[in-house]
Amino acid sequence: MKRSILVLAATAVTVYLAVFLHAENQTLVAALIVGAFISAFASAKLGWLRALRAANQGHPRWLPALAVAGLAVLVIYLREDHFALLMIASVLLYSVACWGLNVQFGYAGVVNFAGAAFFGTGAYTTAILAAHTALPHWLIILLGGLVAALLGSLLLLPVLRTRGHYAALITIAFGVLFKTFLEVNDTLGGPQGLKLPGFRLFGWSFNDNITVMVNEAEHEISFYVAYIALALTLAALAFTLVRRLEYSWIGLNLDAVRMDELAATTFGINAARWKITAFSFGNFLAGLAGSVQAMMLGFIAPNNFTLSDSLIMISIILLGGLGSVWGVPLGAAIVLMLPEKLQVLQEYRFLLFAVLVIAVLLLRPQGLVPRALRQLRATP
Amino acid sequence: MDSASLFQHLMNGAMLGMMYALVAVGFTLFFGVLDVIKFSHGDVLMLGAFAALATALGLSHVGINQPLLQLALILAAGIAVTAIVGALVGRYLVLPLKSAPALNTLLITLMFGTALREAVRVFYPQGSNPKPFPRLLSAEAFQLGAFSLRVDSVLLLALGALVIFATRWLIERTKLGLAIRAVAQDEETAKTMGINYTKIVLITFALGSALAALAGIINGLYYNEINFSMGLNLGVIGFAAAILGGLGNFYGAILGGFLFAALQTIGAVAIPFGSSYKDVFAFAVVIALMAWKPTGLIAEREVQRV
Repeated sequence: MKRSILVLAATAVTVYLAVFLHAENQTLVAALIVGAFISAFASAKLGWLRALRAANQGHPRWLPALAVAGLAVLVIYLREDHFALLMIASVLLYSVACWGLNVQFGYAGVVNFAGAAFFGTGAYTTAILAAHTALPHWLIILLGGLVAALLGSLLLLPVLRTRGHYAALITIAFGVLFKTFLEVNDTLGGPQGLKLPGFRLFGWSFNDNITVMVNEAEHEISFYVAYIALALTLAALAFTLVRRLEYSWIGLNLDAVRMDELAATTFGINAARWKITAFSFGNFLAGLAGSVQAMMLGFIAPNNFTLSDSLIMISIILLGGLGSVWGVPLGAAIVLMLPEKLQVLQEYRFLLFAVLVIAVLLLRPQGLVPRALRQLRATP
Repeated sequence: MDSASLFQHLMNGAMLGMMYALVAVGFTLFFGVLDVIKFSHGDVLMLGAFAALATALGLSHVGINQPLLQLALILAAGIAVTAIVGALVGRYLVLPLKSAPALNTLLITLMFGTALREAVRVFYPQGSNPKPFPRLLSAEAFQLGAFSLRVDSVLLLALGALVIFATRWLIERTKLGLAIRAVAQDEETAKTMGINYTKIVLITFALGSALAALAGIINGLYYNEINFSMGLNLGVIGFAAAILGGLGNFYGAILGGFLFAALQTIGAVAIPFGSSYKDVFAFAVVIALMAWKPTGLIAEREVQRV
């Protein structure tokens, strides 16, 4: 029974996304968006969402597996649609970055308003290393994450010493500094930015379309499918890591530090240590995602890593629900896909988007998928 | 560098410092009464500047071209618009989230700022282009030895200083100011003393936002140009200045504003690569200063009960 709920939900979401991503007709897109709102509201009222949540808690491995399966179906269906696939890959990569930010904001309570700057650090590291070294690309991506974590460690002292709004200033100042620095620094391309080669793995270039033979006929598949596979691998790793982290004693320590730092320290928890862990881990994930994103797009510029982009990441995690693992991909899908699909409202989309986030914050401040309470009991 | 151009930098820095201080005082007032950061402040400033510009164009259209009269009217229009918008933000976006996490308030006001910015870009005629702002004050310069001093900058500096002193007087010497300080100190006690809490909060929001309009208009008059994204930069810097000085502290905000302008000026003058790194330098110093003084230069007094 519980499993069938999960299968049903995953099927519904997959079908919806397939129709939504395929839809060109703007009336249909608008109708689908309104439909999603109404059905989400109705399922909440009818208690279906609670049933889904219970089912997910009873069988925690089913939903991730179903998500991967649904994604596979979606990719096969949309195999030639470059733009839709690019959006899916972006949602996956932003999910990775935002899971990182979620560990900072949602678990340890360390605010970071420079998410896009760490994302950009990964991107720029990748651009430089790919242009000037012969390192294998998987290593470059890893280094992108590590450099982001390293750069973040420069901020550790002020971040650890400050609280609340004062801490917010540190990362805001850093985000502005980062973007301004890139703009005025000519060796890093200045405002024009840098070009990047595509990702290569053991001699296989990810930027070539894939040709498959089915029934003696050649089928061309968009090269974004390869990037989706790469992004999905990273997302699966990040998801598992963050989930494990949340359920482990590390997650418990992080929660304690967030809820009451002073009380936590009186229980012998080393608050500074866990804040450093969360901050560096989050920046690592952001840098990792930025590296892959840069290679996928083939071009980066300072304007992709502004304070507004950091705020978009924060709206993703707040929209999904602070600390909520499943809320992140949901938030990322809404925030990234909605403005792109509403082409008819091109001029007004950011305005609409801002109003939407305001509405969510006023009407559902805990986010769309609030984080479940920690249940401290032995798993049956 | 000769002393004349150094003087020029000094005047420019003082001008910037005045604008930053006006914005920072707004941030500090909001924080004082409600412990929140209202991040739409910079965009409210932009809205004030655009309201002033639209008023100026309208006045020229109906034939009122007397510069001083125009100045008075655009100040009134800008201040009225921002005061109303500021109070509305307080009433409908900030107060309802009073018990929510501080992050939510920050995000909702940020999003409101984005909405304002986008609204001006989309709905103001050719809103995405920079708009020339009328030169209402004499740009004549008089010579003081080797230094040349523009009349308008002196007047604008004087206006800014006057407003800051007036605000200080309002906060420290009037009954309204007493109520604001009471609310800032302790909401519950202030309420039991018969202070209308909501009213005082909204008045404070209107007051702080009015200061932003003034900063925006000074910015327009000084540079003779405004654009829809001007609030982003001024908002971030004003916020940095308020935090640097110590949130909730009136003098701290002014100190922070002028300090930030001084850092930018020093960055522009002293760094060999010219002025392009001045913001990088200023923000780097801000981060370093925060590491040294985590609750601002004029520190908040804080007691934590275990």
